[in-house]
Amino acid sequence: MGWLLPFDNLLCMALGISFTVWFTSLLVFIIVPAILGVSFGIRKLYMNSLLKIFEWATLRMERGAKEKNQHLYKPYSNGIIAKEMSTLEQEIQELRSSSTTLSSEPEFEMADIMSFCRRGVESIVDDEVTKRFSAEELESWNLLTRSNYNFRHISLRLSVLWGLGLLIRYSFLLPLRITLAATGIGLLVVLTTIVGFLPSGRYKIHMMCYRICVRALTAIITYHNSENKPKNGGICVANHTTPIDVIILANDGCYSMVGQVHGGLIGVVQRAMVKSSPHIWFERSEVKDRHLVAKMLSNHVADKTNHPILIFPEGTCINNTSVMMFKKGSFEIGCTVYPVAIKYDPRFGDAFWNSGKFGMVSYLLRMMSSWAIVCSVWYLPPVNREEGEDAVQFANRVKAAIARQGGLVDLLWDGGLKRGKVKDTFREEQQKLYSKVLVGDQEDQAEDRPLEFSTLRGVVLVKTIS
Amino acid sequence: MGSRASTLLREEEIEEIKKETGFSHSQITRLYSRFTSLDKGENGTLSREDFQRIPELAINPLGDRIINAFFPEGEDQVNFRGFMRTLAHFRPIEDNEKNKDPTASEPLNSRTNKLLFAFRLYDLDRDDKISRDELLQVLRMMVGLNMFVSQVLRMMVGLNMFVSQVLRMMVGVNISDEQLGSIADRTIQEADQNGDNSISFNEFIKVLEKVDVEQKMSIRFLH
Repeated sequence: MGWLLPFDNLLCMALGISFTVWFTSLLVFIIVPAILGVSFGIRKLYMNSLLKIFEWATLRMERGAKEKNQHLYKPYSNGIIAKEMSTLEQEIQELRSSSTTLSSEPEFEMADIMSFCRRGVESIVDDEVTKRFSAEELESWNLLTRSNYNFRHISLRLSVLWGLGLLIRYSFLLPLRITLAATGIGLLVVLTTIVGFLPSGRYKIHMMCYRICVRALTAIITYHNSENKPKNGGICVANHTTPIDVIILANDGCYSMVGQVHGGLIGVVQRAMVKSSPHIWFERSEVKDRHLVAKMLSNHVADKTNHPILIFPEGTCINNTSVMMFKKGSFEIGCTVYPVAIKYDPRFGDAFWNSGKFGMVSYLLRMMSSWAIVCSVWYLPPVNREEGEDAVQFANRVKAAIARQGGLVDLLWDGGLKRGKVKDTFREEQQKLYSKVLVGDQEDQAEDRPLEFSTLRGVVLVKTIS
Repeated sequence: MGSRASTLLREEEIEEIKKETGFSHSQITRLYSRFTSLDKGENGTLSREDFQRIPELAINPLGDRIINAFFPEGEDQVNFRGFMRTLAHFRPIEDNEKNKDPTASEPLNSRTNKLLFAFRLYDLDRDDKISRDELLQVLRMMVGLNMFVSQVLRMMVGLNMFVSQVLRMMVGVNISDEQLGSIADRTIQEADQNGDNSISFNEFIKVLEKVDVEQKMSIRFLH
């Protein structure tokens, strides 16, 4: 066994040297610039070269499909069907207008059933809600198996490229990113503990740690309209796609977070964050108490030295193709609201967290093993509640502005439909609409808002009784 | 994992469905992708709960009847073939012009088959007749429940609200059982020709002869 020993030493030395080199370069190229807030532009270069490779990959696949005379699966980015634009009322009235007399007797046509039927089947083929809770499908392939639907058209060259990509992502990028993330969180906890012993004040430690985390994810973020950045004493609202939204926004400014107290690692981080600046963490039992929540938010906002509160009014993660109903709680407080629109570029890695499919850890691993996270953040001009506008209308106005800026579809549906069933009151609205047509009620035309579900005052009445 | 649309559906199957329903290749793959995204259990079939998860369908007053139309007699699961067969009823009729084959059986999306689909929504017990009860049932589903004025008044006593405000908040339209009953009677009277107090399929076709069934019961599928 004697001949193994010099070999052994050599191996140790080689490992030792490579480790030192690796760690030093890590420090110099990534961590120090992160602390100082400087960027070398490496990530932009990386992004541009990746785009070129993706285009080439898609062209190859299209060519391969044509050669074999087969079809390439294209996602239905324009929709599977073209829906009728008329409302249910209009359609049913059309049937009536063909008949001559306008009688006060309820008019029923056997063909009415067809309008309901067709709409029902249309929603089975393509509806606005269920597709928002799973990852968006891509037009071109980005060399990730997870987003490929055209397996059979991969040539040898493409497979080699994919294999190379796999190797780079899992053996180089992933360990790199995990190290960075660990460093970032570790530094956060250590430094905030130290700061806890110093006299109280505000220290911008977390900015540095967020910057390290951003590099850990290889997030390439473009901030637009920074003059509208949220100021102290306000509330910042944004559309929610993933927990990483927090890191992306906090990278560019100081915010106070709102959320539930968790146990484990997240709990440690939460307690550490509180030491350097105030955040609002709720116990699980307190979350249900809306008045308590509102009170704590108002108190925080009233103190003008506090950072703006960061809230995601959708309440759950949506897949970044649309914006769903904003819960009115944060819009009732009566302070300035700073809307922010976040749009991810799905070509480099889909950032949406499908919490039904992936737990937090497997989600983070997927994030860290995709190419990059590229997104744009738009700071919209601050808004205040106007005279005669109630919280729901205010929320809808802000939501429309965010949707317009981010190029997202503005939906009135509740994000809670991801897990829960739709309320019966909506079906009753539909029945009411049909009843009115049947009876021939010409009066309350102003009351009829076809297929809108925002204000259902009947629900309020039922609640106060029970 | 995304939905591996073109990999899990074999070419032979696509060809068979194409022949049976008339959908194009790309339409079939896209509809298969939709089928798999609705199939939360990932077992290749859809159950009634899978359909009820669609909010826009859940609020449709006839939602349950429409869902029923997808499931063959007495079954609780529908596979992709069955799904496509039902959807084929809603293809526009113009698309058939290209494949005029006189020996082939009537296509699923012919006017008669569309009317049959609508007829079956009324005829729950499948006895090929729409009875007064069946008609009433459908009417009640489309119109919703009643709230009589007295019930409303009883509720608002004890609350500090004005009567007009309350009435406007509540259902607003009363369609009583008597009114629905007379609607049903009148409808059957107008349609019934052989005097058996129910509507057969041929009588149904006659009633709807002036209606543009092709347009009302067609969905514009994009290529």
